[in-house]
Amino acid sequence: MPLSLDDVQRIACLARIEITPAEAEDVRSKLDGIFELIGRMRAVDTEGVEPMSHALDAVLPVRDDRVTEINRREDYLRVAPAVEAGLYLVPKVIE
Amino acid sequence: MFTAPIAELSAALAAKRVSAVELTTSALARIDAANPQLNAFATIDPDGALARARDADAARAAGTVGPLAGIPVAHKDVLMTAGLRTTCGSRMLANFVAPYDAFVVQKLRDAGMVLVGKTNMDEFAMGSSNENSFFGPVRNPWNPDYVPGGSSGGSAAAVAARLVPAATGTDTGGSIRQPAALSGISGLKPTYGVCSRYGLIAFASSLDTPGVLAQTAHDCALLLNAMAGHDPRDSTSLDRPIEDYTRDLARPLKGLRIGLPKEYFGEGTEPSVVKAIDAALAELRGLGATTVEVSLPSVDLAVPVYYVIASAEASSNLSRFDGVRYGHRAARYADLADMYQKTRAQGFGAEVKRRILVGTYVLSHGYYDAYYLKAQQVRRRIAEDFRRAYERCDVIVGPTSPTTAFRLGDKVDNPVKMYLNDIFTVAANLIGAPGISIPCGFDRQGLPVGMLLQGRHFGEATLLNVAHQYQLATDWHARVPPGFAP
Repeated sequence: MPLSLDDVQRIACLARIEITPAEAEDVRSKLDGIFELIGRMRAVDTEGVEPMSHALDAVLPVRDDRVTEINRREDYLRVAPAVEAGLYLVPKVIE
Repeated sequence: MFTAPIAELSAALAAKRVSAVELTTSALARIDAANPQLNAFATIDPDGALARARDADAARAAGTVGPLAGIPVAHKDVLMTAGLRTTCGSRMLANFVAPYDAFVVQKLRDAGMVLVGKTNMDEFAMGSSNENSFFGPVRNPWNPDYVPGGSSGGSAAAVAARLVPAATGTDTGGSIRQPAALSGISGLKPTYGVCSRYGLIAFASSLDTPGVLAQTAHDCALLLNAMAGHDPRDSTSLDRPIEDYTRDLARPLKGLRIGLPKEYFGEGTEPSVVKAIDAALAELRGLGATTVEVSLPSVDLAVPVYYVIASAEASSNLSRFDGVRYGHRAARYADLADMYQKTRAQGFGAEVKRRILVGTYVLSHGYYDAYYLKAQQVRRRIAEDFRRAYERCDVIVGPTSPTTAFRLGDKVDNPVKMYLNDIFTVAANLIGAPGISIPCGFDRQGLPVGMLLQGRHFGEATLLNVAHQYQLATDWHARVPPGFAP
């Protein structure tokens, strides 16, 4: 089923990416093509097949609950766009 | 001599016929001359490289060093390199200086390799032609109007033009093997989990695999020996006994069973590619291998399955780029939500945005079962096809790509046409298995053809053996693009 411009805006909102009205149709038509490719997979019978999320069905390793990391706060703050008093600065959310 | 494979350079360094500083100076000069045309490098670090080269010479003078000490190397710009810009080919990270080294970067540094710079790539590793980079496309050294393949296009071009003897790459859907094929060099994707993903800026976490591009399978084995290993900082890194990936190189091919998937030899592959592969198979039979037809019936679903899973994982991984902690931030915005939306609209290119949108859709409420879960089920079917095939053969052989290199601009307007470049490569990523692409001929325009050897999980030593024996009997891998001869 082809995507509508509303679909595109809804997905763009979920993905937190601004799509302007000028771009929307081109995005929509390219996405349509991609979903047509993907559609081929949906026709296959997979009744009873276990989903495969990892190549080797590995188990998540655990480690001892001890402090092992060193504090590199200054190094990580240095690459940020806006910081103050050791905190990341963003537009105010709560009035 | 300076453009010889690593095995030879290593011997020359050991015999003191050349120093690391001389090798590095030569590499930097070649990069300087070639990069304006090829655009293979996003960042070059001459001062750092020469300092590292001096250290390598000093270490050699002071004691024993390994086979990679003093050898120049370039890292794909998706791998973090402490103190050096790491851009992922994106405006989003155009000025990002990495605060730490990726595990594989550190391992090669510990082995004494001399980092000379970071290679250009398709943005966030999404692409098959290296036309998606914020820093402009990379050009194929065999013909600058043609693409080198992607997403590790910069690494492939750099090795093909003999600017560096080896470069790292990453392979999520074919991004080491396909550019290796289109650029006429050897490219190895190891088994998933063999090389740590710590410091590899994530695209698709269940598929991303660090690996090597070099002139020969032997050189790939030398780098893999240094790069592989358990890393507790990557929860998918495997803890296995250490392997020497060069151990089986010299083994004769008598008794090797090669599987030829009938689905790989249908229509859709260029005649010149078919011809070169057929000739390569004859060569392998001449070396003692036998061939048997196998079938991988689900394999034509691998591309759609890949684009569901990879896009879904990308949408999750790239959600971290929001202008808060690193990278690009929009200059003007109304509020926090607007900051996110504008930052991401500005920071990401069109292909990256497309894949994030696809991924967001397939993971969203109401669609998750029909798309993402379904793709994971078909993924298991593909894995079973390969398992059955390996009951009757040791390695699977076919073309790496259905075509040789194409002209810049040929496929950019049609994402699906671009995606179908990956038709032979994606399955190995979905199942986590290793693969190597090696050169096996040229088309009528002089563009390289690559042959893909695929193996069972942890079958790297076997793949490297077959590739090496083929390279002892042929010289495709020794050909250098016109204009880049030593």
